[in-house]
Amino acid sequence: MTRPPGVDTEAPGGHGADALVIAGVSHRFGRVTALDDVSFTVPRGAFCALLGVNGAGKTTLFALICRLYDSTSGQIRVAGHDARRAPGKALARLGVVFQSRSMDGDLTVSQNLAYHAALHGIGGRAARLRAGEALEMVELSDKAGARVSTLSGGQQRRAEVARALLHRPELLLLDEATAGLDIRARADLLALVRRLIAKQGVSALLATHIFEEIEPRDHVVVLHQGKVLADSTAEALAAGDDLGAAFLALTGARREPA
Amino acid sequence: MTGAWIAFAGIARREFLRFTRQRERFLAALVRPLVWLFIFAAGFRSVLGLSITPPYRTYVLYEVYVTPGLCGMILLFAGMQSSLSMVYDRETGAMRSLLVSPFPRWFLLGAKLTSAVLVSVLLVYAFLLIAYLWGIRPPAIGYLTVLPALVLSGLMLGSLGLLISSTIRQLENFAGVMNFVIFPMFFASSALYPLWRMEESSPLLHDICAVNPFTHSVELIRFALYGQLEPLSLAVVLGCTLLFFGGTVFMYDPAKGLWRGRKGGAG
Repeated sequence: MTRPPGVDTEAPGGHGADALVIAGVSHRFGRVTALDDVSFTVPRGAFCALLGVNGAGKTTLFALICRLYDSTSGQIRVAGHDARRAPGKALARLGVVFQSRSMDGDLTVSQNLAYHAALHGIGGRAARLRAGEALEMVELSDKAGARVSTLSGGQQRRAEVARALLHRPELLLLDEATAGLDIRARADLLALVRRLIAKQGVSALLATHIFEEIEPRDHVVVLHQGKVLADSTAEALAAGDDLGAAFLALTGARREPA
Repeated sequence: MTGAWIAFAGIARREFLRFTRQRERFLAALVRPLVWLFIFAAGFRSVLGLSITPPYRTYVLYEVYVTPGLCGMILLFAGMQSSLSMVYDRETGAMRSLLVSPFPRWFLLGAKLTSAVLVSVLLVYAFLLIAYLWGIRPPAIGYLTVLPALVLSGLMLGSLGLLISSTIRQLENFAGVMNFVIFPMFFASSALYPLWRMEESSPLLHDICAVNPFTHSVELIRFALYGQLEPLSLAVVLGCTLLFFGGTVFMYDPAKGLWRGRKGGAG
């Protein structure tokens, strides 16, 4: 092994493929079914919101995409690469911002980025250059030498986005990335992600339960009790009404029979 | 530098940075064996008589006998510390950054293990330097020949630590590791007393000590410190390293390990 699987290489399967394909994915924790036959697609360059209340299965799905677990059944493809058969290639194309803090608070922002770059086989000058670029993108260049634990919540989140972008992924996974942020920081972070999509052609999947984070033309997948209830644009889902009301009607209607 | 080396260097660098940032951890790791050497061994010197046993060619002071055991103690505690740090990383989320790397999981775990072992080997040499100043002076060549024994023992104990970490869900459960792993492994070994003495007092305890992998890591270090090789200990330590590390890779495999069906698993 001389390089991380898929880093800086063009895999034949990756050309023109959708950023993410979830096909018939199910997952169980013991007797509890966390995900039940989930299928949807995130096209290249799209911003997709995975909308669901707490416990809907969003974080479990993200963990399956990141290979923290292996799905009970179904297939996950990232940029054309099967996450189970070619996990290295799939993971090389993923940038992840986790729901909870995952940077080392004892280390500086730069040290955290250098560590992440190394984990993707990027070292030396290339790592420093990319870290500089990523910090510039998230407007944190002046905090490169600061310990992560001394940053505000919003700055930490931006640093995590910088880290997720460092290896130039094709798909950005944001698992309730705005959790714990104030309104301003939340808006700034999402604006940043949307700029990246526009500028760099990155695709993004945002797990959220906050309707205000979704724009009318965004692709929305509604996940409820481990099942996909809707898969369309936000405006089509809202059908002229408020997205929140449409979501509650959709999920409420499914609750009644139980 | 290839991608794998870059990744290994990055993981090792983080391990060193964390270690240097936590000075109290460095002091605790060093003070513990020194207390045993300065106080415990000095106190027992007159009580415990040691006949000539290999690798020693003459009668030795108890401090001399106990020194390889204390080297093993540093590696044992460091191994369990790496287990603790894995559980901590899992609780704080830092573990996920490691596990979403495109490198194979066995490589990531191996790199983390080796990095932690390198830090602990440095600690052992710091301890041996202080022991030298205290008058415990093995042959000069021993400082070189003990290196592979320290690395191999460190890998075995670190692998055990990683394996244990895969079964612990919360930091609070770590106290159990102290009670059920570290203390029994250390005291039921040849670190503090030779096995023949143990046999005199209890044949059963002697047998337990003889199968304890930690006994073999201590003996491997003891012989290596005097420029000799103990083949049985080498075989046991090598075998246990492969077994424990294989178990760790299995446990951290998203498709196979115990975490497969449990929420909040490996990451």
